[in-house]
Amino acid sequence: MADGGTTSTDLHGAAGAAHAGGYDPMAAKMGMWLFLFTEVLLFGALFIVYGVYLHGFTWQFQQGSARLSIPVGAVNTAILLTSSLTMALAIAALQRARPARARRLLFATVGCAGAFLVIKAFEWAGKFAHGVYPGAAFLLEQSKGEIVFFGLYFTMTGLHALHVLVGVPVILWAGRRIRSGAISPEHSVFLENAGLYWHLVDLIWIYLFPLFYLIS
Amino acid sequence: MNAPAQEGHLVPCSVYVWVWAALLCLTAVTVSAKYADLQHLAIFAALLIATVKAGLVVLYFMHVRFEKPIFAVMILVLLATYGIYIGLTFVDYANR
Repeated sequence: MADGGTTSTDLHGAAGAAHAGGYDPMAAKMGMWLFLFTEVLLFGALFIVYGVYLHGFTWQFQQGSARLSIPVGAVNTAILLTSSLTMALAIAALQRARPARARRLLFATVGCAGAFLVIKAFEWAGKFAHGVYPGAAFLLEQSKGEIVFFGLYFTMTGLHALHVLVGVPVILWAGRRIRSGAISPEHSVFLENAGLYWHLVDLIWIYLFPLFYLIS
Repeated sequence: MNAPAQEGHLVPCSVYVWVWAALLCLTAVTVSAKYADLQHLAIFAALLIATVKAGLVVLYFMHVRFEKPIFAVMILVLLATYGIYIGLTFVDYANR
């Protein structure tokens, strides 16, 4: 990052050099990646469960998938991909010392996250209205494979939506810290780590979308 | 395109826009492939496209291409670990 000699407006520190004052972006980023690895293994275990049951109930999974709306899933995919773009551009803007632009891009990211969650909520509500939710009488009359399919659908997209929901305050907090000067071009690792988290959430959806919506 | 970015850690914004456009195109491809009646290949085609998209996200949006190689090594170790995890599960499952 910045070598010595930069005049930092940062709240943390008198020290301008990157490694003084306990600020070590490499270590912070590595810690973030290790956390993301635990997330990959969490979702990874669920993907293995999905794979084993897809193998056992191929036909029923295809029937279950036919009940999901491809356009809705595709639109949500596009929204999340766009939110990843605005997040990457926000970090780029901050690195170019344009904090106001970075904050606007972060708000756009949060807007996309909100749109994703609203669409997801309507999608789930539609399913609930048709008696498709875990334990519903209508769903229990369907084949065993379809019950498993929707069990996995609600577990995995629900856990993913929870991650989107957690990302929103983290991104808003990053925006606040840019305004206060705690995140600056020289001290940007908090924002970069928030970005890494956000991109991982996008990455998980990249796999969820075809596996649930596109196998009918 | 790549060399100056590695030096200053500043990736041109156009790179992100191109990656985003590629991701949207691949989403369109994966949706249209669904209607192409690929039968048993469909799931593998979908996973292949998803993995290409994931690679773009990790290399460009998550900056792994521009970071020190240690991050790429860590990710490869993770993927190897997960590969073993998948392999052993299916070996176990197939032999019941």
